[in-house]
Amino acid sequence: MSAAVSAAPTSGARVLAEPAGPGVWRAVVRTGVLGGAVALYLCLVGIVPVFATRPLIVGVIELGQAALLMAFGAVGYLTAHEVGVERPVRAIGAAIGAGAISGAVISALVLIGAAIDIRAVFLNASPLLYDLLTFSEGTSWAWFPTLVATGTAGLAGVLIVLPRRYRTPIIIGLGSLIFFGLFAGLLRTPMLVTSLADLARFLFSSEGLTVPGAITIFFGSIAVSVVVRTTTPRARVRALPTAQRRLVVGPLAILLGVAILLFPLAMGGFFAQVIAIVALFVLLGLGLNITLGLAGLLDLGFVAFFAVGAYTVALLTSTAEYGIAGLSFWQAVPFAVIFAMLFGAFLGLPILRIRGDYLAIATLGFGEIIRILAGSDLLKGLLGGPRGIINIPKPIPLPPTDPFSGPVQIYYLALACAAIVAFVAWRLQGSRLGRSWMAIREDEDVAEGMGVNLVQTKLLAYMLGAGFAGLAGAISAALVGSIFASSIQLQLSINVVAIVIVGGMGSIPGVLVGALVLIGLPELFREFSDYRLLFYGVALMGIMVYRPEGLLPTTAAKRELHADLGPDVIEGEDDGDGGGAAANIDADTSAVEREASA
Amino acid sequence: MHVRNLDRLTDLAIDAFMLAFRGAIILVVVLGSLLTLFSGVYTLSDWFELVGNGLTLGAIYAMIALGYTMVYGILKMINFAHGEIFMGGAFGGYFAAVAFAQAGLLTDNVIVSLIAIVGMILVAMAVSVALALGVERIAYRPLRNAPTLVPLISAIGASLFLQYTFRGFFGSGIYAYPNIGFLDQNAPIPLLNMRWVDVLVVVAALAMMSALYMFVMRSKVGTAIRAVSEDKGTAALMGIDANRAIVLTFVIGAAMAGAAGVLYGLSFRQVTFAMGVIPGIKAFTAAVLGGIGSIPGAMLGGMFLGLIEAVGPTLFLSGFGVPSVNQLKDVVAFTMLVLVLVFRPSGILGVRVTRGRA
Repeated sequence: MSAAVSAAPTSGARVLAEPAGPGVWRAVVRTGVLGGAVALYLCLVGIVPVFATRPLIVGVIELGQAALLMAFGAVGYLTAHEVGVERPVRAIGAAIGAGAISGAVISALVLIGAAIDIRAVFLNASPLLYDLLTFSEGTSWAWFPTLVATGTAGLAGVLIVLPRRYRTPIIIGLGSLIFFGLFAGLLRTPMLVTSLADLARFLFSSEGLTVPGAITIFFGSIAVSVVVRTTTPRARVRALPTAQRRLVVGPLAILLGVAILLFPLAMGGFFAQVIAIVALFVLLGLGLNITLGLAGLLDLGFVAFFAVGAYTVALLTSTAEYGIAGLSFWQAVPFAVIFAMLFGAFLGLPILRIRGDYLAIATLGFGEIIRILAGSDLLKGLLGGPRGIINIPKPIPLPPTDPFSGPVQIYYLALACAAIVAFVAWRLQGSRLGRSWMAIREDEDVAEGMGVNLVQTKLLAYMLGAGFAGLAGAISAALVGSIFASSIQLQLSINVVAIVIVGGMGSIPGVLVGALVLIGLPELFREFSDYRLLFYGVALMGIMVYRPEGLLPTTAAKRELHADLGPDVIEGEDDGDGGGAAANIDADTSAVEREASA
Repeated sequence: MHVRNLDRLTDLAIDAFMLAFRGAIILVVVLGSLLTLFSGVYTLSDWFELVGNGLTLGAIYAMIALGYTMVYGILKMINFAHGEIFMGGAFGGYFAAVAFAQAGLLTDNVIVSLIAIVGMILVAMAVSVALALGVERIAYRPLRNAPTLVPLISAIGASLFLQYTFRGFFGSGIYAYPNIGFLDQNAPIPLLNMRWVDVLVVVAALAMMSALYMFVMRSKVGTAIRAVSEDKGTAALMGIDANRAIVLTFVIGAAMAGAAGVLYGLSFRQVTFAMGVIPGIKAFTAAVLGGIGSIPGAMLGGMFLGLIEAVGPTLFLSGFGVPSVNQLKDVVAFTMLVLVLVFRPSGILGVRVTRGRA
């Protein structure tokens, strides 16, 4: 990142000094070749051919082609941006040049593909792909991708030289087209059963937008963005005095809360299921946020506690084979949480003295041990092995016709638990215990010197995190209605760590945002099955590279990564965490000692 | 100062727990081994076969572990995508093997086949090195100064990206390495019941690792790498280009992983897009076992892990009548890991580089 940042001004300076010098050419060639590589990647990895039949706008454009066009558009946009928009003609020219280079890569793919059999290696270099790229005209139309790329990049170049007040609405319009085109089917289904059915049919087809729908959404979102730009509601609200601001923000927050509560009833089972899963991961994330975010103990085996919670509930409530007690869900949950905590203590004790990355690999080992044991023949008689435990009752047994049966019920349960746990976590953060955790995270030795009992404090972090994970496991078992050894996966531990880091270490709202982005979005993209994890990986890298502090970081973390924030920002927000912690702990310690001596 | 009785009590309880933990494991290991050995179910040649399997597996773990340990030594980060670098090498070797087989090079002619295998290893190394350079440039370099967990997440992202890129490129099917006649025959080594391919794996791995060790210890570039992993700032003052040393570390680690990919393909025959995950984790475990940051440690740890995994389940558990002990090989391996970490936190060879890292 630093390389890119430092390169931009120098090349800009060079451009100003000598017009159309080598800097421009270099930018054109580099972006063009990179863009060509990306386009080639999109073709060969299968995104272009596989989604060639998935419409974005019915009868106009398919998702596969749209992905290529976006790549070419990005090439034009970035090139024009890099050579500088202050000279529009040159910027557009550069965009066209770079687009031509990118397109030429794809044209070359068509020609080479006709000459030698690339398909022996790359499965997606199929006749379907070539037909798609040349409108089934074969190599005689190999020039076609170059033409399209040049045109698209040129248009993107034109877009960027437009003044901002025209540019932004157009980009927002295009963005909404893509957004609604992707989610058209998902939005349409629940709308059809309501009074919005006609609107749904007008805007969306079962996959993608209709033509009138696309036009409406494009101009509609442009209109909205223009209105927002001209009226600037956010800045106005911010400018209000505090009391009045509350009057505006308060009702909005209540409205949002009501919307969240009514959401699954309005949107139907699928969304309820997605949100229930997100809420489960929020629970897991909040648990790990204590162990990792506050106490700094990297746990890559979090799934172990999840498994303990899930299997406890399964064993205690299942009405099928392996069920041992036939309790109700509510009677079983406390056991699940307690067992998970005991397990946390049991696993935590031997590895308390291990530090850093050694701890990560040790916990990863524990997670794997639990996963393998759950599926092994050794415990088959107890846990059912790969066949698992089925017939786990829902918390409130209702007939399947009831709107609150199934995922909707779990949604409310998970939401309520997440809210309670978030409250507990939030109260813990500022407590003596929370401050001890943060002190340990920053420096174990100093924390110990300040009178923090490392063993007890770490163990508590472990046990609480484990308890939350156990709760999530219990709810998950009830959500799915069964638990199999195959649902205990390393990927789950990794997901939870990613949620905490992507959200922002130690930040409770961050966990929420992290779970929405990393769990909710991929769940919505179910139809892109094979490519979901590809995008997930790209997103993880992208977020970390461009926002290493996380999406919603705590002030302390933000300060660490952006030392340029200035001292007054730091002064104002420094109570409770980081620097203040040591002194507070010191005071608390003497209080405890007084108690002990009394 | 007041003595805190509660703290003392908990410390005592924890010490007791640790003692019990250690005792229980030792009891299981000793008692299990005795029961198994005296049950007489397994003959000597069975044990030697297990040892042979363990050596093959261990050699591959060791080669992958080198990449983990070297990158960890220099950047203090877990290169989670390293398993996928290994996978990429296996794929590169596979396509080279197919091409060689079509050209009629993989026949019973041992010399020609061996040369073809060297060619496969070179192709695999090239693929792996290209992947590693890309990952380093895109996912790690921008994060050199970020908090420790940030590159870890980025690495996990890179790992998923590579896995599903390969899935997109080559599908989710299993690719089988072509059959090379003489490799499947048993090697005439007394007691050890090994196929030629396993001998090849072990010998090639040992040769490459020795070459690497000499390179890192003796050559000027190797010295530069060690200097940078010791202290970046001071190394820079001595005129060493830290960036170059870091990139070179990735290149060497990837080359070893790529070669390991071919060896894995030759021995186990099956290559899929997801094949890198488990060996990756195991190899990292091996690196930790040997003492992360130490090159001989990684080799030793890999061999140790391979052997424990192959021999351990049968030796320690089958005596108790545990069913299907081979399902539990990872349990044995990871228990060993936890034991080593708990009772000898710096690994078998005792290198300590984690100080001050939370």
